[in-house]
Amino acid sequence: MRTTFWNEIAANKRMSAALSFLMMLILGGVGAAAGYIFEPDIWPFTMGAALLAGVILWVYTLSSGDKAVLAISRARLATPEEDQMVTNIAQETAIAAGIPLPKVFVIDDTAPNAFATGMRPESGTICVTTGLLSKLGRDELQGVIAHEMGHIRNFDTRLMTTMALTVGLIVLIRDFMMRVLWYGGGGRRRSKDSGSPIILVVALVFIILAPIFAVLLNLAVSRRRELLADATAVQFTRYPDGLASALQKIEADQEALEAANGATAPMYIVNPIQKLSGGEMSSIFSTHPATAERIRRLKAMGAMIENTNEALGQ
Amino acid sequence: MIWIILGIIVVLIFAAMGIYNGLVASRQQVDNAWAQIDVQLKRRYDLIPNLVETVKGYMNFEQTTLQKVVEARSAAMGASGGGVKAQAEAENNLTRALGGFFAVAEQYPDLKASENMGRLQEELSSTENKIAFARQFYNDAVMTYNTKTQQFPGSIFANMFGFKQKELFELVEPEQREPVKVSF
Repeated sequence: MRTTFWNEIAANKRMSAALSFLMMLILGGVGAAAGYIFEPDIWPFTMGAALLAGVILWVYTLSSGDKAVLAISRARLATPEEDQMVTNIAQETAIAAGIPLPKVFVIDDTAPNAFATGMRPESGTICVTTGLLSKLGRDELQGVIAHEMGHIRNFDTRLMTTMALTVGLIVLIRDFMMRVLWYGGGGRRRSKDSGSPIILVVALVFIILAPIFAVLLNLAVSRRRELLADATAVQFTRYPDGLASALQKIEADQEALEAANGATAPMYIVNPIQKLSGGEMSSIFSTHPATAERIRRLKAMGAMIENTNEALGQ
Repeated sequence: MIWIILGIIVVLIFAAMGIYNGLVASRQQVDNAWAQIDVQLKRRYDLIPNLVETVKGYMNFEQTTLQKVVEARSAAMGASGGGVKAQAEAENNLTRALGGFFAVAEQYPDLKASENMGRLQEELSSTENKIAFARQFYNDAVMTYNTKTQQFPGSIFANMFGFKQKELFELVEPEQREPVKVSF
């Protein structure tokens, strides 16, 4: 299978837009279901309120800070004197991406890995481990930096933060409804019309199951954004082999990343926790697509670039 | 009826404004991208005297190679302002001269071992990459802009307000497609 990175980028953007829309539907649906259980007539209002809360969360991510993750990971700022190559590569890739130069931090950890954060390109930050700097060659490092810069250019931190907060909101609504119904649905009995019993049951089941759907959807979006960042990295470097070979090395490395924990693991270029628990295949519970699958897609984009170069050379 | 016609006119005006602004923004991006190439080319000019200074003591017998680099640098600096094509050609000559220089430098173990040379080389190869990426970004911007000026309905405004096609920053020879790899 051959594909250009432009096609890959467009397809992944479409998919993640569709998944985000599904997430909105779940949020709106939970709001409507909760409203219907209280009072059959008010569901449009509670649905609107839930969607509005989602929008507020999204706006909130604009103003919130990025410092928490860096504090957890004990990172130091990279300097041109000490880390000449990685700071140079970051400058090069920022030119290719057409975004302001992100800050580059180095985490003292021998396991090779990297992540990016920042709600908007102006506050973009990339973290690499010392293991990554020592184990990868220049082209491989460039691939990794380009992948992280792809996340920054595509506003992925903001999207994933919004997604996580939305999942939280859906769980909150479920918990609230469970508590209210457990301690007696007193509010409902005041109503003359308690609604159709079938719809009531459906609404209740939906509220109970919605958090599970939301979590799975969140993971599906995360996997899409990884593929999108891979394709974006190819757009920047036009050299998929660098990233492919870097992914191979990071995946094969057996050292445990001490800086990572359950909360930060999904942010890395290869999930350091799911990697160690094994798994050649990605499942609906994976935060990242299987590394083998990512490499296969990169190779497909590489074949296309070579073809174009040949055509131009003639 | 009159309201419908008025409504359509308003919508058309807004659509026209959107297309016009899109063209302006796109042209702006092309100009910015060009400026970015310029910045990187200047950086390369600045690094070359350093390079000459560093290798002087080691490479007494390679004056011609060094001379070629220095001459290509002056020619490239002179070519700026002479249009995209002329400058691209002069810059490609400089890239080629640098490539030749580093091939010769391979033969000097003392030079290779020098830490100063190592740092300088990383700086130069990084600058080559920056030039290549800036050019790539410029060419992508030109492609987007040219497509907008050629496709309907943008083509109408492009003709009306004089949005001219922009030139790509092309490589002159096929062998020049790869940036010089300066690895020891």
